Amino acid sequence: MTESTNIAPARKGVPLWVQVIIWVFLAGLLGIVAMGLNRAQQGTIQPGHAVDDFTLPLYSGYEYQGASEVKLSELRGKIVVINFWASWCKPCEQEAAELQSAWEQYEPTGEVVFLGVDYVDTEPQARVYLKKFGITFPNGPDLATRISQYFRIKGVPETYFIDREGVLRYVQVGPFTSLQQIQNIIDPLLSE
Amino acid sequence: MIADFGYGVLVVAFLTALYSVYAAVYGELKKNPPLVESARRAMLLTWPLLTLAAGMLIYLLVNDHYEVQFVYEVTSRSMPLYLKVTAWWGGQAGSLLFWSWLMAAFTSLVTLRKWDRDREFLPWVIAVGGVTMAFFIGMNVFFENPFAKLYQTFNGNIAAYTIQPANSILFTPSDGRGLNPLLRHPGMIIHPPMLYLGFVSFVIPYAFAMAALITGRTDDRWIRITRRWTLWAWLFLSAGLVLGGRWAYDVLGWGGYWGWDPVEIAAFMPWLTGTAFLHSVMIQEKRGLFKYWNMLLIVLTYDLVIFGTFLTRSGVLSSVHSFAQSAIGPAFFAFIGITLITSAGLILYRWDMLKSETKMTSMLSREALFLFNNLLFMGILVICFWGVIYPLISELFTGQKVTVGPPFYERATSPLFAALLLLMGIAPLSAWGHSTLKTLGRAIWKPAVGAGIITAILAFTYTQNVIALVGFFLIALVILVTLYEYGRGALARQRSQGENIFLAFWNLTGRNRRRYGGYIIHISMMLMAIGILGIELFQVETQGTIAIGDSLELSGYTIKYKEVASWDNPGAGVNYTRAVVEVYDANGNLLGNLHPRKDFYFDTQQPMTIPGQLASLKDEVYVLLIDWEPINQESTTFKIFVNPLVNWLWLGSLLFFVGVLIAAWPERDAERVTVRTGKRAHQASAAD
Amino acid sequence: MLNRAKLRNYALPLALLAALAVSLLFVMTALAQDDMPTDDEVNKIAKDLYCPVCESTPLDVCPTEACRQWRELIRQQLAEGKSEEEIKQYFVTYYGARVLSEPPNRLASYLVPALAFLAGAFLLFRGFRMWLKPLAVESAVPTEDAEAFPQDEYIRRMEEELKKRK
Repeated sequence: MTESTNIAPARKGVPLWVQVIIWVFLAGLLGIVAMGLNRAQQGTIQPGHAVDDFTLPLYSGYEYQGASEVKLSELRGKIVVINFWASWCKPCEQEAAELQSAWEQYEPTGEVVFLGVDYVDTEPQARVYLKKFGITFPNGPDLATRISQYFRIKGVPETYFIDREGVLRYVQVGPFTSLQQIQNIIDPLLSE
Repeated sequence: MIADFGYGVLVVAFLTALYSVYAAVYGELKKNPPLVESARRAMLLTWPLLTLAAGMLIYLLVNDHYEVQFVYEVTSRSMPLYLKVTAWWGGQAGSLLFWSWLMAAFTSLVTLRKWDRDREFLPWVIAVGGVTMAFFIGMNVFFENPFAKLYQTFNGNIAAYTIQPANSILFTPSDGRGLNPLLRHPGMIIHPPMLYLGFVSFVIPYAFAMAALITGRTDDRWIRITRRWTLWAWLFLSAGLVLGGRWAYDVLGWGGYWGWDPVEIAAFMPWLTGTAFLHSVMIQEKRGLFKYWNMLLIVLTYDLVIFGTFLTRSGVLSSVHSFAQSAIGPAFFAFIGITLITSAGLILYRWDMLKSETKMTSMLSREALFLFNNLLFMGILVICFWGVIYPLISELFTGQKVTVGPPFYERATSPLFAALLLLMGIAPLSAWGHSTLKTLGRAIWKPAVGAGIITAILAFTYTQNVIALVGFFLIALVILVTLYEYGRGALARQRSQGENIFLAFWNLTGRNRRRYGGYIIHISMMLMAIGILGIELFQVETQGTIAIGDSLELSGYTIKYKEVASWDNPGAGVNYTRAVVEVYDANGNLLGNLHPRKDFYFDTQQPMTIPGQLASLKDEVYVLLIDWEPINQESTTFKIFVNPLVNWLWLGSLLFFVGVLIAAWPERDAERVTVRTGKRAHQASAAD
Repeated sequence: MLNRAKLRNYALPLALLAALAVSLLFVMTALAQDDMPTDDEVNKIAKDLYCPVCESTPLDVCPTEACRQWRELIRQQLAEGKSEEEIKQYFVTYYGARVLSEPPNRLASYLVPALAFLAGAFLLFRGFRMWLKPLAVESAVPTEDAEAFPQDEYIRRMEEELKKRK
């Protein structure tokens, strides 16, 4: 490896193992960036996806059948509507009343469960919001943003509809504008 | 229709760039000089074409053509003319066009130079420049058309299309959304062009490096041709960074100039490799060492430029600087991949030709110290790169999102920065080829004693903070060493030429502008380091809500709230809320009035806070209105910073530009490139 | 607290309703001043926290409503007597590790760049050893005149400049 003269040495490339290391390193780097890019481009999880189980702790006063937390897997056989919201989110306020009246309509059937997932919010403010809009369905904080990360939400409000088999069927990005809109999504799932 | 015509021109420019690549490569391979000449002419044509396209975009911007999506997104009727023009680079599509336009200007400039001596480089330089340019114009043509118009389709949806869809009508909003107020600041108007100028001009040395690799002419010819380009590129990039810092300091209301935001780092990384490159090319020129290293550095710089652009625009990272998410991410990624792999492949292929011509003779020689300098720059680069992609890795592999914020970067890079200062103190004293501890010690002891005395004085009068004292010692050392070297040269000249000392300084600088420009840059860096040390270690802040007549105290200053007023400026579409505060020193002397302000822009419904600043060399009182709290006579929330020494940073940056201009200003015989052959070892001199 | 008790002592004997009202008001403002943490105390903690709503912007300067609420939460917890560590821990449990300004796994975040730097340094020093070795064998001449070297260079440079001028 020593080159002690000014005369150009005989054509000598880079040792193979060094080349391998360089290419592996480059490929790894590009791979990571590609995965990051892919992730950024992905958007929310798509309908047809079987939703993994998660546990949502619930605010006191907003329990589900008296339990202070709810597991998605326990709700198998029911239609689950997961609504991501936050008290600082202005568009969320537009749909709050519609969601609540939909809940009041479906709650008696016992076949539909609404879950409010409070994204990056503080509990006192969340309570003010829930009270202001008279919301009664189960609500709880998205601890460590795990649930929102799983759904890859892009913002609030977003609402995810899961069928009786635990499969995601519909994604609503942005607020609902009418009760009818919510019914149009839930009713077909109910009659399945 | 102007917009359609503009798009047409963009397509023609895209095809022209592609043709020039084809003609250059094919012409060279088939040894067909007329074809290469036509490639050159095609390249020269791209700039007028893009200027035409840009002119039409500016026409649309200035004349409120809100049916054009880009115009709608970045301007509004209330914006003054100059802002409508500079809104050109205020959004994704326009700034891409701006990129290509600059790129075309630079490649045209290169093709205009006299090529007699380096004829064989020409086709490849055109090809590399052309590929880069075609890529950027292609982004405009295929993904981000600045001329796309808004159409309302039959089902009521409004969207932007390049070609009018069937059954749709043109939709013209009555007013635009307006530029983000943060971007209406003068600093933001100049900051992006400077940064882009720096980015784009680094493409030129890269193109020459590739040409050298492809033709196998790997001597230092490509470096000599591009030396000044590189300096200019570095000047623009540095100016972009400094202006960005000043902008952040003036409008972001952080009381700071640098937040280690991923996008800031993305612009900083090519600066690091570029700076390392500026130093290491000198080793190759003087000593014929480490050719592959220079190639590696310029490839890294180029790809970091593209990578930085990619990070800002692809939505991979979210940041205050990001453009809206867009479809260009994958294309950018592919381009980075292709250029990185091609360049790495070429370097490996030519490895044997890139070996050193001579050998290293001493670990304290100037070339060895330059290598240490490169090691440190690379170390800082690795930290920055790791910090930027660590959250990505963490999220991808553990599912846990993390933030890598300033504490990480500060803790990890500060020892390396300190070591860089030390090197800056030693390197100017060491000689090419040879130095020993003894020779270095003999040269450095006087400045070192001087720096020690200064540090001791500071310890008694200013601060007992150990980190600060170490920093000040190093800064003093560098300044004294540099002045000592400079002065020694001038004195020698004074003796031998009989010139007076000022003339001697002047002529000495003129004789070896790169060397003495470099010294001035070193000194300016030290002034900046004083400011950075001051704000990093001694910044204090307070926040409080007070009524008129009340005051807040901070670090010996009393800030008294005098009055507040709020008024509309309907013409500009802004509401101003301005408070008047008086600043008193510890003895109760009135130092001045400050006017912190909140500007609320109606079109974007966004506020911007403008601090009141009372500047001196000692420190700066920086008063902000907190815009998310009410502002009225009874209660207004102020945030006050005292930023010690911060103005040395801005002073240093001014001197910095003087230094780079001295080093980079074209000489009358700049085009004369001489190639040295034969033995270099002892002919190597500092007098280039 | 002392302040409050004292005031109550003064306030009670006073029969006049107006005086009572005034002193009550006084009590309340004093209360607020005593127990509410200052903006500076809040900002000191907020400086090191990052809200997911505005990424890469520290909490103390972020203008969004969500961040304002977070600062109020910090104030409330400070008022409850929680320490800085406890408050940060609370935020981590509620909002995840990304609220911290540094990854919780310090080792991983610092180790990689440190190793890369050491690898670079190792390569460089190995290179130096290799480059320098043949020299030591070849001759000792350069080391001898090395001391005179800078001086020589100086004179030579000056001569060169003289030549150039002519």
